Amino acid sequence: MSGITRFKACLVVALGAPLAWLAWRISLEAQAPGSGLGADPAEAVVHFLGEWSLIVLLAAFAVTPLRRLTGSQLLGRSRRLVGLFAFAYVCLHILSYTAFYLEFSLAALFEDFIERPYITAGMAAFAFLFVMALTSTRGWQRRLRQRWRTLHRGIYLALPLALVHLWWLTRDGFGELLVFTAVFLVLAAERLYRWRAGLSRARAAQPPLS
Amino acid sequence: MLIKQPPDIPGSEITSEQAFLNRRQFMKQGAILGAGVGIGGTAQAGLQADDEVTPEAIVTSYNNFYEFGTDKSDPAKYAHEMTIDPWTVEVSGKAKKTGKFAFEDIIKGLDVEERIYRFRCVEAWSMVVPWNGIPLKKILEQFEPSGDAKFVEFRTLVRPAEMRGQRGLFSSIDWPYLEGLRMDEAYHPLTLMVTGVFGKDLPNQNGAPWRLMVPWKYGFKSVKSIVSIRFTDRQPRNTWQALQPSEYGFYANVNPEVSHPRWSQARERRLPSSLFAPNWRPTLPFNGYADEVADLYAGMDLSKFY
Repeated sequence: MSGITRFKACLVVALGAPLAWLAWRISLEAQAPGSGLGADPAEAVVHFLGEWSLIVLLAAFAVTPLRRLTGSQLLGRSRRLVGLFAFAYVCLHILSYTAFYLEFSLAALFEDFIERPYITAGMAAFAFLFVMALTSTRGWQRRLRQRWRTLHRGIYLALPLALVHLWWLTRDGFGELLVFTAVFLVLAAERLYRWRAGLSRARAAQPPLS
Repeated sequence: MLIKQPPDIPGSEITSEQAFLNRRQFMKQGAILGAGVGIGGTAQAGLQADDEVTPEAIVTSYNNFYEFGTDKSDPAKYAHEMTIDPWTVEVSGKAKKTGKFAFEDIIKGLDVEERIYRFRCVEAWSMVVPWNGIPLKKILEQFEPSGDAKFVEFRTLVRPAEMRGQRGLFSSIDWPYLEGLRMDEAYHPLTLMVTGVFGKDLPNQNGAPWRLMVPWKYGFKSVKSIVSIRFTDRQPRNTWQALQPSEYGFYANVNPEVSHPRWSQARERRLPSSLFAPNWRPTLPFNGYADEVADLYAGMDLSKFY
């Protein structure tokens, strides 16, 4: 097994572990209601998947700065994998909400989208992630060329929208939310800093006008 | 001020003896099986044929009591840190008898009744709970509120040393937790001051040593671990209304018609709910107690006074 394959296998295990845990709890729940996920399993599943959606999204957002920090090519080549895992969590989060809260009623989903701002924000985040996941293949990367990079900057909107989704949903007890928000802000600030440094380097490199 | 007196509902009508006996049976079976059993086809005020008492283990381990943390498992984990003996209650405002009273002295000589009520949380889950308590009217009358007492305000204990939610850095709640009722709501025969549940003393996590229970209102109105009762002529500013006035009102009557920006109030999950056969049911106006309480709000626009 090559280095990159082994590294990716480790990532799959790590990123899939919460899903495995959830599957185990759901299997307990299937055997005896109340045994695996508490008194209100619908809420337990939807919140668990939502929380991990955000964690894995932040992990995907952290891949590039971490690669620069460590110089690890393995990390750089795994960015798509982490991103697709995040998208999978988001899909399962929305699916579980639609199944367990709305009992697959699309009318109810539409009503939520219109009436509940936190759902509107969450769905907007999903729209960006959906397009990014769809165009994540090498083929689309080639076809879209420079536009691919622009399109995949959608993460700069999707992540804040996901955070807004959670801020609007939280009634009190903002500790965890502040941690998520701080992680996002640090990662975003690093990019802003590099972008500005890049600009001034480019300006310095320009030949003086004669 | 004329306080409209609703007709007295005899206790026998609220919880029939049959339902009471079935409940005992349920508790025995529930203890053995750890599963819910129907109360039976008793047609009575309040309870509906398919209302099943929620298992005690869930009633006492899954609830909101932000003084101990925002997770619904936090109260059961941390409420034991609160000492409830001695318990002093301060009575103030527009009443003849005010001052500090020992909790035991207030309830001394008053009959504790058993009432099985539906409990509807604004988060769209619900339970059916057998409370033990005293009609609030009997408690409040002892203090002889004056004619200009139009509202009564209740306050929860503030003791950060024993209530870790009050020590939290990341809470935006301005303790103490405040709630209030209009006097006619407070004097309504369904309004109960709860001192026990499932025939036992009220556990700390459920609001020991006493809490309010107003079954036609969302659960957050039913303030826990009360240390202050204040009679006033002004509508009290209850905690959730103060935090989010667009979402929470003073009345907080259960109303499937008034949507909430976080939760649809049209339906509720009756706990315990299972993942594969979720226990969804339509939410009823006034939580199913409209026959008893709708008169209190005659002529009011309930979409405005939510």
